[in-house]
Amino acid sequence: MSTLHTVNKSSYDRNTLETCVSLTTKGSEVILIEDGVYSAVKAGNKASVIANAMGDVNFYVLGPDIKARGLSEDQLIDGIKVVGYSDFVELSVKNDTVSSWL
Amino acid sequence: MSEIKKFCYLNRTAPYGTVYAWESLEVVLIGAAFDQDCSLVFVDDGVYQLLKGQDTTDLGIKNFSPTYSALGDYDIKKIYVEKESLEARGLTVDDLQHLVWEDEDDDWAERDSIILVTKNELAKVIDEQDVVLSF
Repeated sequence: MSTLHTVNKSSYDRNTLETCVSLTTKGSEVILIEDGVYSAVKAGNKASVIANAMGDVNFYVLGPDIKARGLSEDQLIDGIKVVGYSDFVELSVKNDTVSSWL
Repeated sequence: MSEIKKFCYLNRTAPYGTVYAWESLEVVLIGAAFDQDCSLVFVDDGVYQLLKGQDTTDLGIKNFSPTYSALGDYDIKKIYVEKESLEARGLTVDDLQHLVWEDEDDDWAERDSIILVTKNELAKVIDEQDVVLSF
């Protein structure tokens, strides 16, 4: 079974991403959307949550949410893929289930 | 107006995930019309509100970040940003909008509105307020 996890909360405000990542299995995919995109900033002190899991989990971040918040792609952790809405749909279809963390 | 009170608007939320940031800005602009001594504080995820270069076109929602640059015209001259909150998020004051007010006593010279403060300094600012409104 493959799962796409969506995380929409900032990891500087909630521990949603940390719990999500700790409950993923090898080959899982995680997409950061809405306020979740703040967790993808390389220089932030929560960046290790993603960096440490990068080997086993594929991380994506929704481009329009990055742009809306004034972040640029070069501020993000290396290896995170920036995707658009149509890619988000494809990821949802490609995986067996979508787990929306709130 | 008989008595001027010190009002502090405490912002702790990121701009688009919830409606708090926008609501706070609306209340600030309404309150500014009453000639009170207003301070804005940005701490925790609230610092994200002031990031420059916000572009919500693809989201189809209003980008209200340009409104912060109008605060100087509403006589709001004190915008406190907590240093520790910026650092934790990998940000510096250069990532924020450059907000100014014009000093009428000095030929309308532009002065910086953003005051970078440590947690300890911010505690004193909050302690001096008559009213603290939290968003």
